[in-house]
Amino acid sequence: MAEVLPPDTVRCDACPVLCYIKKGHSGACDRYANVDNQLVRVDPHLLLDRAKSQGAPLVPFLEREQEWDGQLLKGRETFVTAIGAGTTYPDYKPAPFIVSSEVDGVDLVTVVTEGIFSYCGVKLKIDTDRHLGPERNLVRAQGEPVGHITTAEYGSQMLSIGGVHHLTGGTKSEGRVTCETLLDLCNGKEVALTIDDGASITVAANQQPVVNGQREERMRVGCGSAAIGMFAKQWFGKVDEVVVVDDHITGVLSEHQAGKMLGVRETGIAIQGRRSTPGRYFQVAQPGTGWGGTNISDPLAILRPFKAKLAWPNLRLLMVSTTGEHCAYYELDESLRPVEKDLPSALQESVARIRENCEPALTTVLFMAGAGGSLRAGVTENPVKLTNSVKQSLTRVTCGGAPAYIWPGGGITFMVDVARMPENAFGYVPTPALVAPIEFTLKQSDYAALGGHIDYIRPLAEVLREKDRQRQFTSLPANPWPLKSSPDRGEP
Amino acid sequence: MREPAQIRMLPDGRRLHLHDGPIDLIIEADGPRRAVEQAYKAAATRFVTILDELCAELPLLRAPVFPNSPRPSSPIARRMYDAVLQYATSGVGVRHAGPHVRTLSPWHRHSCLCSPELGATPSPFERGLFITPMAAVAGAVAEAVLQEMTQAADLPRAYVNNGGDIAIHLAPDQSFTVGMVERPESPSLFGSATITAESGIRGIATSGWRGRSFSLGIADAVTVLASTAAEADAAATIIANAVNLPGHPAITRVPANQIAPDSDLLDLHVTRDVGPLSPREIRQALNSGLRVAETLRDKGLILSAALCLQGQVVVTVQDRRGSELQLRLETLCERGASAPEEMLCQPKERIHA
Repeated sequence: MAEVLPPDTVRCDACPVLCYIKKGHSGACDRYANVDNQLVRVDPHLLLDRAKSQGAPLVPFLEREQEWDGQLLKGRETFVTAIGAGTTYPDYKPAPFIVSSEVDGVDLVTVVTEGIFSYCGVKLKIDTDRHLGPERNLVRAQGEPVGHITTAEYGSQMLSIGGVHHLTGGTKSEGRVTCETLLDLCNGKEVALTIDDGASITVAANQQPVVNGQREERMRVGCGSAAIGMFAKQWFGKVDEVVVVDDHITGVLSEHQAGKMLGVRETGIAIQGRRSTPGRYFQVAQPGTGWGGTNISDPLAILRPFKAKLAWPNLRLLMVSTTGEHCAYYELDESLRPVEKDLPSALQESVARIRENCEPALTTVLFMAGAGGSLRAGVTENPVKLTNSVKQSLTRVTCGGAPAYIWPGGGITFMVDVARMPENAFGYVPTPALVAPIEFTLKQSDYAALGGHIDYIRPLAEVLREKDRQRQFTSLPANPWPLKSSPDRGEP
Repeated sequence: MREPAQIRMLPDGRRLHLHDGPIDLIIEADGPRRAVEQAYKAAATRFVTILDELCAELPLLRAPVFPNSPRPSSPIARRMYDAVLQYATSGVGVRHAGPHVRTLSPWHRHSCLCSPELGATPSPFERGLFITPMAAVAGAVAEAVLQEMTQAADLPRAYVNNGGDIAIHLAPDQSFTVGMVERPESPSLFGSATITAESGIRGIATSGWRGRSFSLGIADAVTVLASTAAEADAAATIIANAVNLPGHPAITRVPANQIAPDSDLLDLHVTRDVGPLSPREIRQALNSGLRVAETLRDKGLILSAALCLQGQVVVTVQDRRGSELQLRLETLCERGASAPEEMLCQPKERIHA
């Protein structure tokens, strides 16, 4: 007789405890979970499965049992990731998994380990023009310093979080909170951060950033001057003056080269701030979270009175931010003072165009770490040879199957986009330090040449037989296949 | 489908990992290779039938224990029952707890509960205590497996770690150092302890609201040292429940059955989140837990306990038998990557498979 279950509940029959598991929760063992009302095994060791069709990343375990029926394995390629592989650190022992497989007639070896990284951190690129705080100021989580604001990039604010000095160089609490913050950011969780003399933000990998409670939808199309250049033609004839408000460079149509080219008449407009070149103004206001990354909420605050000699009554003025998120339309009255009016429909279109041209604002998280001595010793008895082999691109480095960029110069310092890695790929140790998966793939002959632990190589099929310890998931479409000799795409 | 129990060596080649359903044991024994092999073999042989034995009596094990309540029949179930019976019999004080107060299933999500008013500070000796054998399941299993090992081989040292509830064996003059972790998902040791053979400590258990079991209290971690693992297990739950601030707005409590539908705790509220507390509130909550811990120590049910809440730690004063938790917070902060602790005690152990 079929049992009637409460809604959104599955009953697990993997062991005699027979847990009822609600949607979104796991059973008493924490190994089986209810994901969208399907019983799913959530074991630690992940195998990256290159399926032809891109399915759900978690495979329901009953179906998996069928898939694991040896024969089906031949038709598909599997890459053993380091997630959940464990580590032999700090012992100078061979890595937990050294797996051989044949790809296109070449014998490859993948050395699979979880690295414990004391030297590690994340770089956050936050697509916003809003002022998050002065460069070099501290970034805090739960009140503890965990990083700082670093050099801004085009349309984005950059934070550097973590690193050895916050992890182990400060107080115990600073180290703990830093590790927790890194772990959450790397595992795609939301993190609340505050910046000294700056904003409060909530960020998560590949999600829209929230700045002072406001969700950032778009990144700016360009600076104010660039926006004038891009849209001058579309404004010409529909409006007499356009000011694109931007904390970096505010653009003014009638003075800008693009406006001059079109023959836009001088308007007698006068802008606060420091003029750079004609039609381009720096520092029209203070940085902030208002219009175009300034601190203003009323755009007229950046205007001085119009010059009476040049301006005229009924002059039409559009003020807009670099994302099109803010806009206002004015006409001058008899005494040449701007009076706000409804935005004419012809201009609504151009504002919408600015918005359309803005890419979605995201926070992106790059994990950056250095693979140190003992980790390399798990790969070879002669660690520097591994470094050299990576430098010569004979050895490919991946993190949970995602491609890693190797920073030139000494050591193996790598960067990886955490969004390209499987969920919950990171762990920690109480040192505090982060645990991240790392895989080195190279030709078996090269592996032998660099003094690899040849005796510990196990064929892929043997590793796959330990299926009770493994979770299979589908490779992300954006990632090159880790075992392919020429990457499908370039490295990030 | 019933998955068979799993037996394997961890990648370090030293420790044995036994897994069956919700039971995860990490086992390590010192000694000559042959002795260790014999011990591991004995552990594995005993292990494979444990879950089925316990599940055969599960309804009874999930039912409250009272004086003269039915005693289960299998040996581990009896260990569980005996470890909690002391809390439910005279001398330790009993008061009727009300029919709706039951254990929390499935499995680890048990709890031992005190007075029916939720959030009331549990004080086992004044208000009466309600407890089920499940409060000692992890410790009892660890103890039973360790016993098989020490009977099979002559070992200087061994331990069986059942998700943070640890049974230890120490031959004369041997010792273990253990590190205590306050939160399973967050990296910090709040203390460490050296356990000598002479201390009489053979069981260590850690309980907290972030752990695998539900808790009525707000302690991040309560680590208890006791003569047996089953006793430590039960006591850690009781002390962790007592670290509490009833009615405090920063504490989120959720009906147990919203999380585990088959919980026979029904809609009783278990702790799901604890917001920032003031130092005074933290002290107040810790002190109510400490009072319970010291009463248990005076009754001989535990040897000592360390209680941790939001970075503050209190420890029971050393007793005459010389057991001690040597907190070495300063040195722990300064130490680098290689902490010498041989085991970590935390509400739930992360197993590097």
